[in-house]
Amino acid sequence: MANIAHAAPDGAPRRDFLKLVTGAFAAVGVGAIAWPFIASLQPAKDTLALANTDVDLAPITEGQAITVMWRGKPVFVRNRTAKEIQEARAVPTNSLPDPATDQSRVQKDQWLILVGICTHLGCVPTGQRTTDARGDYGGWFCPCHGSHYDTSGRIRKGPAPRNLDVPQYAFTSDTKVRIG
Amino acid sequence: MSIGLHNSEFKNPVVRWVDQRLPVFTMMQKEYGTFPTPKNFNYFWNFGALAMVTLMIMIATGIFLSMHYVANTSLAFDSVERIMRDVNAGWLIRYVHMNGASMFFIVVYIHIFRGMYYGSYKAPRELLWILGVVIFLLMMATAFMGYVLPWGQMSFWGATVITNLFSAFPVVGEFIVQLLWGGLSVDNPTLNRFFSLHYLLPFVIFGVVFLHVAALHITGSNNPLGIEPKGPQDTLPFHPYYTAKDSVGLVVYFIVFAVLVFFAPNYLGHPDNYIPANPLVTPPHIVPEWYFLPYYAILRAVPDKLGGVLLMFGSILIWFVLPWLDRSPVRSMRFRPLARPFFLLWAVNFLVLLWVGGKPAEGHYVLIARIATAYYFAYFLVILPLLARLERPLPLPESISRPVLGGGPLPAGAAAKPMEKA
Repeated sequence: MANIAHAAPDGAPRRDFLKLVTGAFAAVGVGAIAWPFIASLQPAKDTLALANTDVDLAPITEGQAITVMWRGKPVFVRNRTAKEIQEARAVPTNSLPDPATDQSRVQKDQWLILVGICTHLGCVPTGQRTTDARGDYGGWFCPCHGSHYDTSGRIRKGPAPRNLDVPQYAFTSDTKVRIG
Repeated sequence: MSIGLHNSEFKNPVVRWVDQRLPVFTMMQKEYGTFPTPKNFNYFWNFGALAMVTLMIMIATGIFLSMHYVANTSLAFDSVERIMRDVNAGWLIRYVHMNGASMFFIVVYIHIFRGMYYGSYKAPRELLWILGVVIFLLMMATAFMGYVLPWGQMSFWGATVITNLFSAFPVVGEFIVQLLWGGLSVDNPTLNRFFSLHYLLPFVIFGVVFLHVAALHITGSNNPLGIEPKGPQDTLPFHPYYTAKDSVGLVVYFIVFAVLVFFAPNYLGHPDNYIPANPLVTPPHIVPEWYFLPYYAILRAVPDKLGGVLLMFGSILIWFVLPWLDRSPVRSMRFRPLARPFFLLWAVNFLVLLWVGGKPAEGHYVLIARIATAYYFAYFLVILPLLARLERPLPLPESISRPVLGGGPLPAGAAAKPMEKA
């Protein structure tokens, strides 16, 4: 009896409408409740506040490199020699797996600043010390799966898909740089 | 149907495939779909479902809080403040958890009141009642240990006072207290084990709730008349009738909850707990959380250490034997003209204890606490056993449907029958 009596003019039963509305409200409610829980798993405000790192470049002599922490990750800061810069710029970019000019990867020729995380699976490549293995191209070498990076931090050989990432940074003075 | 498969009534092929092998859909349908439920529930019967919802809210918010909380005396307070200030929506999750504890006790106190008023503890539901008291004790332990975790002044001194209660017991007291502390005072080992247990106990509660509900589904629910359903004409399927009625109560519950969380999140708390714990200075006026105040009042009403502790624990343990203290065969207070006022007075007396427990233990407050404590126990140990003999209950209705559908006064012969049945 109910089905016939409550049929709307266009033939759709009123109960279908009520069920849809109820279901829609339930879905919105579940979403609204889930939102703060999921948001709480994202980086907290104090974590994001640590997103900048200031580096003093004055003590780094030519040919030397230092590693600094930025957002919990190592960042390579390398004072390149003229020979290293020249090597990086001599390579024809179209022969590279991930083509990029050396100029596009630095702000000042001698200072190469990179996120020290291999783009393959996240290991830290060696090559910061002159005694480290630096791979076939004089930059960095990842011991985990054998990726070779050149003196511009570009991938030259091995499984890594991309060049080492260049973080956002700005020179705040001649000898100071802010990463992040 | 092949041999070894459950005979499923579901038509949807996926549901049917699962149900034949693991009949969870059949079980849900039987226990929450067609489950025959007395048709005369009032809104007091919402509170079991509300308590279940609260338990789930507490577990969900608690799991997310524990992802940010650090159980170490030098970091705990700061980690809670970090949750409040830096973690995305951390303030919301913590306030829901904090006020959720209060909501849990409000809901459960009303649930217990319902059980006492309508005689839900009487045969055949004694074990159901006992499991409920077990859940309540577990809740109290969980709430107490949760209150210690923020490591504020009230956390620390609450933990000190409550753990020292056990030192009242002769011979084993000192041993038990050291076992709780894991040291020579409330300190880092205490905080660590309280955090561990605070995480564990809610799941134990969940298990006992399952038994509570399983036992309920054997005996069936009590109802405001306190008489058993006489057949299908006295019951309704749980769904949609009581799923809908519970949903109405749930909306009201969420309104109250939201008012607390968004407009008065610290109303039920104590400001001293926003001062980091200091083992060298006790706050001048220390009180437990509001839901423990009645027992705290009983503790302080007795001028003897061991006596106070025994009466305090006894005030809840006595609930275990309530089914045997109240031997009256009539369940619902509606039909007990003498027990009803005595019980309502007991409920008011409980609130008096709650109130006086938050006052300083001096002057006339002590006298009030003593009178209220005396009545608290007299109701169980003297009044109920006596009333079972002396009281003449009102005639019970013949069935649940009868007073609703009419049919006039009971036939003469029927009056005696419901008495024995009830």
